[in-house]
Amino acid sequence: MNKQSNVYTIVYASVMVIVVAAALAFTAMSLKDAQQKNVETDKMKQILASIGVEATADNAKAEYEKYITKESCVIDAKGNPVKGEVFDVNVAAQVKLNAEERKLPVFVAEINGAKKYIIPMYGAGLWGPIWGYISLDDNGSTIYGAYFAHKGETPGLGAEIDKPDFRKKFVGKNFFKDGCFKSVEVLKAGQKSSNKADQVDAITGGTITSQGVSAMIENSFAPYETFFKSLTNNQGE
Amino acid sequence: MLSKKTKETLLGPLSKNNPVLVQVLGICSALAVTAKLEPAFVMAISVTAVLAFANVIISLLRNTIPNSIRIIVQLVVVAALVIIVDQVLKAYVYDVSKQLSVFIGLIITNCILMGRLEAFAMGNGPWQSFLDGVGNGLGYGLVLIVIAFFRELLGSGTLFGYPIIEKIGLYSIGYENNGLMILPPMALIVAGCIIWAHRAYNKDLQEK
Repeated sequence: MNKQSNVYTIVYASVMVIVVAAALAFTAMSLKDAQQKNVETDKMKQILASIGVEATADNAKAEYEKYITKESCVIDAKGNPVKGEVFDVNVAAQVKLNAEERKLPVFVAEINGAKKYIIPMYGAGLWGPIWGYISLDDNGSTIYGAYFAHKGETPGLGAEIDKPDFRKKFVGKNFFKDGCFKSVEVLKAGQKSSNKADQVDAITGGTITSQGVSAMIENSFAPYETFFKSLTNNQGE
Repeated sequence: MLSKKTKETLLGPLSKNNPVLVQVLGICSALAVTAKLEPAFVMAISVTAVLAFANVIISLLRNTIPNSIRIIVQLVVVAALVIIVDQVLKAYVYDVSKQLSVFIGLIITNCILMGRLEAFAMGNGPWQSFLDGVGNGLGYGLVLIVIAFFRELLGSGTLFGYPIIEKIGLYSIGYENNGLMILPPMALIVAGCIIWAHRAYNKDLQEK
């Protein structure tokens, strides 16, 4: 058989493509359930991480059910509840909508009797998406804990946002100053926020990612203003 | 235990025929993943695994591949393997796969893979090709780890995330980390220094 003929080459290429496609399709299909489960478990772990609970893949579901209460709900920008399963809201799709149209998930956790509100975030870093969860005390303003993750930021630079050192800097910062909403900003050390908002030091060498985190927090939190303002006011009375 | 040729195939790429230091292949990924030791280490293992298996598959197919599309066939085999590795990692070791993120996909673009498939697997048997893949993967990984060692130590003051400089107490006498080490250009300069030392030691590698 002439292995250099056009017919052989075309048949060879076709067979190869079909075999490889079948193999890949089979791999993807047979692993899909396991992957889906991992993604859900991972989401639970991330939500728990924002309230300082380090779960493993094995106990994530149990821990999630233990800490996250039934009060968790989906609201709109006016603070009214809307229908929907809080865990299933696709935050990545929601942040692209106008603030008024968004479905806003609020996870409510209870730690030692104290109520914490957990808000999901989604935004853009330097190379790809970044996301995270921030938990607030029941005054709706003070950050209790934060969790950030990224798809593929530069290792050692932007990728540092998911490290505990960076996440810890957010604890204790406030979203409301004298009753006004002021999103916590991530700024280069030495810079001062132009509107006197609370600020966190950015990562050296990870400028674009740090700016992305800052923008993500502002964009993701702004629609919740009404909801958290009502909590803040209740505290004052 | 191993014949001389087999030994040369496996161990040659570690020094005298190193893919990064001597053939200067795979430099781009050496820049990208060496800011910290951990990703460099995992990347080294992944490349070794993919290279070894791709070498074996191409070696088994070598007598059937039409000459005019051989590069395409090699590329398809590598790409398919990388996707399968990525999928399996996502299903069974999700945490590791999350950490590696884009690096696994980037293995496809590593010129060492295409280089070895074209230069070795197309003309040698499966067992030899397997050893060649393992040898070159380790040779590549060794350089990655050495570069990452210096960059993490001098740039971040840590090793595998352990704050070694702080423990020794150098900060208290005025030492500071060199932020330049974390940036990609320094990987190239470190690689250059390693090549310099390597050639100074192996005089037969020097061009006249």
